[in-house]
Amino acid sequence: MDLRRKFLIFVPYAWLLVLFLIPFGIVLKISLSDTALAIPPYTPKLDWSDGWSGIISYFSQLDFENYVFLTEDSLYYVAYLSSLKIATISTIATLIVGYPIAYAMAKSPSHLRPTLMMLVILPFWTSFLIRVYAWMGILSQEGLLNQFLLWIGLIATPLTILNTNWAVYIGIVYTYLPFMILPIYAALEKMDGSLMEAAEDLGCSAISAFWLVTVPLSKPGVIAGSFLVFIPALGEFVIPSLLGGSKTIMIGKVLWEEFFSNRDWPVASAVAVILLVLLIIPIMLFQRNERKQREMEQ
Amino acid sequence: MNQGRFSWFNATSLTLGFAFLYLPMLILIIYSFNESRLVTVWAGFSTKWYGELLQNEAFLDAAWVTLKVGLWSSTLATILGTMAAYAMVRMGRFTGRGLFSGMIYAPLVMPEVITGLALLLFFIAIGLDRGVVTIALAHTTFSMCYVSVVVTSRLVTFDKSLEEAALDLGCTPFDAFRSVTLPIIMPAVVSGWLLAFTLSLDDLVIASFTSGPSSTTLPIKIFSAVRLGVSPEINALSTIMIGIVTVGVISASLLSRRRSLRHKEDEQKALRQ
Repeated sequence: MDLRRKFLIFVPYAWLLVLFLIPFGIVLKISLSDTALAIPPYTPKLDWSDGWSGIISYFSQLDFENYVFLTEDSLYYVAYLSSLKIATISTIATLIVGYPIAYAMAKSPSHLRPTLMMLVILPFWTSFLIRVYAWMGILSQEGLLNQFLLWIGLIATPLTILNTNWAVYIGIVYTYLPFMILPIYAALEKMDGSLMEAAEDLGCSAISAFWLVTVPLSKPGVIAGSFLVFIPALGEFVIPSLLGGSKTIMIGKVLWEEFFSNRDWPVASAVAVILLVLLIIPIMLFQRNERKQREMEQ
Repeated sequence: MNQGRFSWFNATSLTLGFAFLYLPMLILIIYSFNESRLVTVWAGFSTKWYGELLQNEAFLDAAWVTLKVGLWSSTLATILGTMAAYAMVRMGRFTGRGLFSGMIYAPLVMPEVITGLALLLFFIAIGLDRGVVTIALAHTTFSMCYVSVVVTSRLVTFDKSLEEAALDLGCTPFDAFRSVTLPIIMPAVVSGWLLAFTLSLDDLVIASFTSGPSSTTLPIKIFSAVRLGVSPEINALSTIMIGIVTVGVISASLLSRRRSLRHKEDEQKALRQ
């Protein structure tokens, strides 16, 4: 391998090592340290001047105290559990909203499909923050949704939606909908329509043909879409802090407050490490699904 | 899937689905032209919030910081991401390839709060003052991974023998890359750059962790303003941002559609001759 090729690998490799891997090492290290009233606010700090004895005493001071603390204070496991619950419910809701849209797109005349695709992708390019913010004016007590529901006479008093978990579900479904639609659409579009006809010829009703043929064939798309919604929803910060209320506890928000409000860096780091551990399982399942897909296509 | 019958059920799902996707933004745009400060009461057409926005120094400063960070980070991310993609697809086996591919994919699924926290602790550990530079470094790191994924998907589909032919005909590897590979992967490089630029303009969480007191980006500014509730200036700002993105995305897709049409025509001409 000549020098030029080495350079090509070395530069992005070194960049990621320094700005991705080492920062995580630091998070891990600080999560094992103790909080202190100092700048930076944790102890111990590594002192190279003492040589080996300094390094040994440094390592002997690291412990799992913060992790023990996370299990003792109910705030944290409540936050982890409620993040899991909110992410699961919103993933299912996104699937229910997204599947019919993806299905209708795959069934639409082929000259319309590029336009429909663009209409699904366009919101993704628009600022996430703005899309979440747009719901604040709609869901508030005197917001447009309540005005509309009062006007048609469905409700007599305005509903409280903003600053509850309901608003968080709506926000997650809204912002992550394209991630659900696109993989399902991709799976359905590849499907051979004659399979449906065959099922119907063999005596299936349209509905049972849908359940027996279409749904199984779209399964890889459904799985991919669900993970693409679930994984980011679990660590979500913007949606719970703008649309959720004081009772909406999600782990991303807890981490943020631990760091910015309480300035407790070791606990914030420990929260981050646990969140990462929680995410490893869905990420590995997602990658297995993708790999299986690729193998089937070859 | 064949076209079959396009039932009322499908038409309804599409209508409701796109209404759900677009109505909130449409309402936001309409209410940015509202005379009243109360955002839920319509009091007549006015463009005064746009005027107030343009006089708001803090927002203009933040917009300038955001643009600087976006341009620097997306350009750096495009260079690094393209290099990473090329290394992954064309270099075969090398020591630490597994770790490399892991580091490229990990930032895509990493919660932003963790990436932000990790980078901030790193910048503090090495004693780098927080500001435009640290935000740009942070953005480059996560968006180079997106660029690399986009460029990789293009690199794996194109014929390696074209590069080999150029090398056989006496090109240096660099010339072969510049005159054969680069033009072919250019559309992916451009869309990678656009993706990186949008991600950078959009980012609130990582920028909040890595920014200093003197370098506020637009999303940070918007976030601290809307935490207190809905405001007409933010509606006006959002409308401008939505407008820019819409024009950009639609014209980019029209351009690429025209290019592919022309490409098809050229192929047909070549076949006839």
